[in-house]
Amino acid sequence: MIQVLATSLTVVALIAALWSLVLAIANRPITLATKSTLGLAGVIVLLEVGLLAQAVAGVINVLGVVRGEVDVPTFIGYLIATTVVLPVGAFWALGDRSRWGAGVLAVACLSVPVMILRLNQIWGAPWMTG
Amino acid sequence: MDDGLKASTRSGPGRLLIAVYGIFALAATARSAVQIATRFEQAPLAYLLSAFAAVVYVVATVALGGVVSRRIAYLACGVELAGVVLVGAASLVFADAFPDATVWSDFGGGYGFIPLVLPVLGLLWLRHTGLRYSEESG
Repeated sequence: MIQVLATSLTVVALIAALWSLVLAIANRPITLATKSTLGLAGVIVLLEVGLLAQAVAGVINVLGVVRGEVDVPTFIGYLIATTVVLPVGAFWALGDRSRWGAGVLAVACLSVPVMILRLNQIWGAPWMTG
Repeated sequence: MDDGLKASTRSGPGRLLIAVYGIFALAATARSAVQIATRFEQAPLAYLLSAFAAVVYVVATVALGGVVSRRIAYLACGVELAGVVLVGAASLVFADAFPDATVWSDFGGGYGFIPLVLPVLGLLWLRHTGLRYSEESG
């Protein structure tokens, strides 16, 4: 785990989630025609690029650790999930031009810090091989 | 099933509900695939339940999205509610049988109790959209 990257991604994901939530509450659909939704789209693209970088670096790092120290398959599973959730979430959000589309985006963004937290737990915890 | 009912079930709050279902489908599927592939013999019961839960989440997600019939959506949400209550109770009473947690252990406590709330919301949403649709169509 690259801690600086993980922490930055957590912060950016929380900002994007909050931004989406504000749009949902203000009843501003994700149209990609207004500055506020385009800005959000930019932040989410940035976040996705960061998550892809983290996934690549994470796979390389985890394959280098001593066997048995980290639950490698679960770790890689979470890394893949972090890269999948935003594109799918964005696609699903754009299909609904109401406040609920923005709500979908908020949920997708909130899942990112949760998964990064789990990645950190797996990275830090010794894995018991029965 | 009518296309109008399908569309209204997957729009508005339903959109959000399906998104949360989708995240659980992804999480549960990935988790159980890793468990079964790497250490099935350590906790076969818990891992089989994880796989079953994953299937239920995937079915519920696509059924709420209108891909398969509404009856299957009701069934999936109902099975999910029964699963989280039964497995939740069993994981407390027979803790020895669950050396590793499933998504439904402790009534979904490991996932912020979302697994307990989700099927209730799913069933309420199906009922709500169904009633609204039958009122509108006569």
